[in-house]
Amino acid sequence: MKLELRGITKRFGSLVANDHIDLVVEPGQVHCLLGENGAGKSTLMNVLYGLYDPTEGEILIDGKPVVFKDPGQAMAAGIGMVHQHFMLIPVFTVAENVALGNETTKTGGFLDVEATRRRIRQISDQYGFDVDPDAMVEDLPVGVQQRVEIIKALVRDAEILILDEPTAVLTPQETDELLDIIRQLKRDGKSIVFISHKLREVKEISDIITVIRRGKVVGQAEPTASTTELASAMVGRAVRLTLEKGAPRTGDVTFKVRNLTVVNPNGQRVVDGLSFDIAKGEVLAIAGVQGNGQTELTEAILGVQPHASGSVTLDGEELLGRSVKQVLGAGVGFVPEDRTVHGLVGTFSISENMILDLYDKAPFASGLGMKPSVISENAAKKVEEFDVRTPSVTAAVGTLSGGNQQKVVLARELSRPLRLFIASQPTRGLDVGSIEFVHKRVIAERDHGTPVMIVSTELDEVVQLADRIAVLYRGRLVGIVPATTSRDVLGLMMAGVPAEEAEASVKAHAGTNPHAVPEAAGREGESDV
Amino acid sequence: MSEKTTPEPAAPAGKHAAKEPAADSPMQASPVEDVASGVVIDTAGGNIPPSAVPSSSQSGSIRPGPGDSLLRQIFTGNAMVSLLSVVLAIVLGGILMAVTNPKVAATAGYFFAQPGDLLTEVFRPYAALVQGSIFNWAGTDTAAQLYPITETLTVSTPLICAGLGVALAFRAGLFNIGAQGQIIFGALFGAYIGFTWHLPVGLHLLVVIVAGLIGGAVWGGVVGLLKARTGAHEVIVTIMLNYIANFLLLFLLTTPAFQRKGSTNPISPFLDQNALFPELLGPQFRLHAGFLVAVLATAFVWWLLNRSTVGFEFRAVGANASAAQTAGINVARSTILVMAIAGALAGLAGITQVSGTEKYLSGGVAASIGFDAITVALLGRSTPWGTFFAGLLFGAFRAGGVAMQAQTQTPIDIVLVIQSLIVLFIAAPPLVRAIFGLNPRKKKPTQGGTAGSKASGVKSGAAA
Repeated sequence: MKLELRGITKRFGSLVANDHIDLVVEPGQVHCLLGENGAGKSTLMNVLYGLYDPTEGEILIDGKPVVFKDPGQAMAAGIGMVHQHFMLIPVFTVAENVALGNETTKTGGFLDVEATRRRIRQISDQYGFDVDPDAMVEDLPVGVQQRVEIIKALVRDAEILILDEPTAVLTPQETDELLDIIRQLKRDGKSIVFISHKLREVKEISDIITVIRRGKVVGQAEPTASTTELASAMVGRAVRLTLEKGAPRTGDVTFKVRNLTVVNPNGQRVVDGLSFDIAKGEVLAIAGVQGNGQTELTEAILGVQPHASGSVTLDGEELLGRSVKQVLGAGVGFVPEDRTVHGLVGTFSISENMILDLYDKAPFASGLGMKPSVISENAAKKVEEFDVRTPSVTAAVGTLSGGNQQKVVLARELSRPLRLFIASQPTRGLDVGSIEFVHKRVIAERDHGTPVMIVSTELDEVVQLADRIAVLYRGRLVGIVPATTSRDVLGLMMAGVPAEEAEASVKAHAGTNPHAVPEAAGREGESDV
Repeated sequence: MSEKTTPEPAAPAGKHAAKEPAADSPMQASPVEDVASGVVIDTAGGNIPPSAVPSSSQSGSIRPGPGDSLLRQIFTGNAMVSLLSVVLAIVLGGILMAVTNPKVAATAGYFFAQPGDLLTEVFRPYAALVQGSIFNWAGTDTAAQLYPITETLTVSTPLICAGLGVALAFRAGLFNIGAQGQIIFGALFGAYIGFTWHLPVGLHLLVVIVAGLIGGAVWGGVVGLLKARTGAHEVIVTIMLNYIANFLLLFLLTTPAFQRKGSTNPISPFLDQNALFPELLGPQFRLHAGFLVAVLATAFVWWLLNRSTVGFEFRAVGANASAAQTAGINVARSTILVMAIAGALAGLAGITQVSGTEKYLSGGVAASIGFDAITVALLGRSTPWGTFFAGLLFGAFRAGGVAMQAQTQTPIDIVLVIQSLIVLFIAAPPLVRAIFGLNPRKKKPTQGGTAGSKASGVKSGAAA
C-alpha cells in the first residue's frame, strides 16, 4: 500500500507543530523520519493515525484521499502503529491483548481466543517472532512486548506500520532483533515508517530518510549519507559528534567499593560482590544490559537500598548504612536514571527543583524558614549557566522538554562542591544537542578532579565518556577494561563472557590483524551520536 | 454571600483574608429565637450521612495508581472550576427550590400578567439565605442586622480549622478522612483539662488549646505512624479511627470522670470560665476568639507550606515521593509529622467547639464537621486561604439555611443539596467546562506539539 501525505499542517494555537509536510511511503520501503525530540515527528504520526485532525493538508492511500476521525478508522484502512509506550494490559496474556478491541467471537458471543492464538502462532512463525500466545505480558521482556505490539498491528492486516521511537526502550541485542523483523516485514511488502533520532540504526535500516526540524521537512537523504551530515541536518548546525576530552589527570583513589552485595526481596543477589575503585579525575563507566544490577548498585551507594552489605567508602568514610541525606551531605552528586520519577518533582517550579536536595541548607534556608528570593536568584543563575530553555524559573519543571529537565537535574547536582559524581543514564531520551551539553559537563566535572561514575546501557555513551569501563552481568563484575576496548569485546562481555575470552574470540573472528579491533572501535566512537 | 466570597479562593492566597473577618461594629441585643436556631445549626448537620465524600476516597484507595492521580487532580484543580461549580450548584439549587415550591407554581399561572410575583417567589429562599448568613436588613437595630454574619463566622471556625487539617495532609499526598476522629480527640483532651483543672485567666485557655492540639496530633500521628511503618492505607485507618473516637467519646460521657454531676444525659460539665475563648463582640453574639485562632491557623499553614523547609518536604513527598527520597528527604518522618500536624489542626477545631461555641462536651461535639471539612478542603483546592474562604462559604450556608427554612419553609436540606452539588461539579471539571463553553477542544491549546500538548491544552484552555 502506498501512503502519501500532502501539505500536512498541524497548529496548536500559535505553535506550528507540522508545517506543510509532504511524505511518500512506497510499499516494501522503510521510510525513516529523523528529527530531534519535539521536531514534530510524533505529531505527524498522530495526525496520520487519526488522533489529531490536520489543520491543513490531506492523506492519500494508494492515491485516494482519506480522512481518519479516530484510530479505529486508520486501523481499518490498514495503518498500524507501535507506540513508544506500549498499549498493553500487563495482566492479560499475549492472545488476550491481541484480541482486545478486535475480538473474534463464536456463536452466542463467546470469545474465540483459540482463533487469535492460531493467528498469533501463524504470524510468529512467519516472521520468526518467537512469541508464546499464552504468556502473560507482564512476564515478557520489553523487546518481546514490542513484538506483541507489532503482532497486534499485523493481526488487523496493517499494510503500513508506524514505529514510534521503537528502539528507545531496547537493549542493543533487542534492537538488532527488531531491525531483523523490520527487514522481513519489508520483504513482505509492508510499508514501514520508522521514527528515530538515533543515527546509527536509521542508517542501517532505512531506504530513504526524511529529516524534520521544527515541524518542517528540511531535506531527504540516502542512508549512505554520513552521520555528521544527518546530525547537522537534524540539529540545524554543525555538530561535533566526537567528544573532545583530554587524557585524565588522575589523582588519589578516594572512592572504594568492596564486596558490595544487594539482595532483593526475593532473596536474589542482584548485586553480587562488587569491588572497584575510582580515582580523582577519572570516569569509570558501568556498562551492561539494562537490569543487570546497575540500578541497585547506584541505589546502594545512595543509601536507598535497605539490603546492601559490603563496604562503600569515600575519602575513608563509610557510606553504607547512612541515610540519603548523609550520603549527599558527604559530597555525592547523584543523577538518577529516571529523572521524571527520581530526579524531579514535576509539579514543582524550576527554582524548587534546583534546590530539591539543598532546601534546608544555607543560603536557601535558615532554621525552618526558607528564603524565596535567594532560591529564585539561584535558579535564574543556574538556568543561565546550564542553558535551560524556559520562559521563567517559576514554570513547572514538568512542562520542560526532556533535555531541559536533565539540565535542571545536572545544574542542581553540579552546583555544590562534590567529592563523587554519579550519573545514571545521563542522556537517555535526549536529543543530539543536549547529549553534547551533558557530556561536556560530565567531563568538566572530571577535569575538576572529581571521581565520576557513569552508568549507561548505551555503548556509544560508555565508550565516549569512559576512562575505564566496568562491565556488569547479572550483578557480577565481568571485568574492568580500558576505554579503548573494542565494541565487539564489550558486547560479548555484556553477555557475560570474561574479558580475555571475549578478546580471544573477537580476535579469532577478526582474522590475523591484531590492530583491526581497536581501530574499528575508534571509528565507531567518532561516528556515533 | 456566596457570590461575594467564592472569587477569593482564586486570588493568590494571603492578602485578603486578614480584612475579611473584621466585620465588627457596635451591637446590641439579639433575637432569642435566632440563638436557639443557632444551636440547631450545629447539631442538625449530624444527620448528614457522611457517605458522599468518603466513598470517593475509598475508590482512591482501591485503585492506588490512576485513582490517586485523579484525586490529586480534583483536590488541586482549577480555581475557576471551583468558582463555577459554586455558581452552578446555586443555580441548580434555585431551580430545585422553584420547582418544589407550590407558591412558584401558583404565581407561574399569571406569569405574563405579573412576572414580578414569580421572580420574587423564586428568589425568596436565597434572599432569606443571605439574610440569615450575612446581613439581616429586616433587623430592628445594628446588632440584629449584623447578627447573621457573626453566626457565619462562628459556624465557619471549626470548618476552617478541620479543613486545614485535611488540606495539609492532602498536600503531602495523604487523604485524611479522619478529621472527625481528630476533632473528637482534640475536644476530649481540651474539655477534660477545661473542666477538671482550674488555672488563671489566659493560662487555662492556653493549656486547653495545647491539650486539644496534642489530642488531635496523637490521633492523626497514629495514622502517619501506621502508614510509615507498616504501609497501612491512611483512608482505611482514618475511617476506622473515626468510629473508635466516636464510640470512645460516647462511652466516656457515661463515666463519672466525664459525665456532668447530677445529669443523666451524656454530657460533660461546663468548662471553666477561664478555659473559654473570650467573646469578641459581647455576650449577645456567639462569635468568639476561636475565629481569630482559625485565621492564625490559616496563616500558619500558609507559612508552613510555602515558606518552611518542613512544608517543602511535605509538598515534595506529596508530589513525588520517589524524588523526595532520592533528594534525601525522610519520607516516613514527613508522613508521621504531617499527619500529626493535620490532626492537631482538626483537634483545634474540636477546641473551638468546646471552648467557644458549645462550652461543654457532648456526643455531637464534632457533628459532621470532620466530613464537611473534606468538602471544604476540596472546594479550597487544598490551599490554606482557599480552604479558609470555602469554610466561610459553608459556614454561611449553614447559618443561612436555618433562616431560609424559618422564613420561606424551604427545607434546610436544600443547603445540603447545594453543598453536594458543589462537590459533584468539582469532581467533574470537564462537565463544568462544557457547561460554560470552556471546553479545551474549542479553545486551541497554545503550546506543545507532541503528545503532551493534549494535557497542557486542557490546562491552558481552562485557564483562559
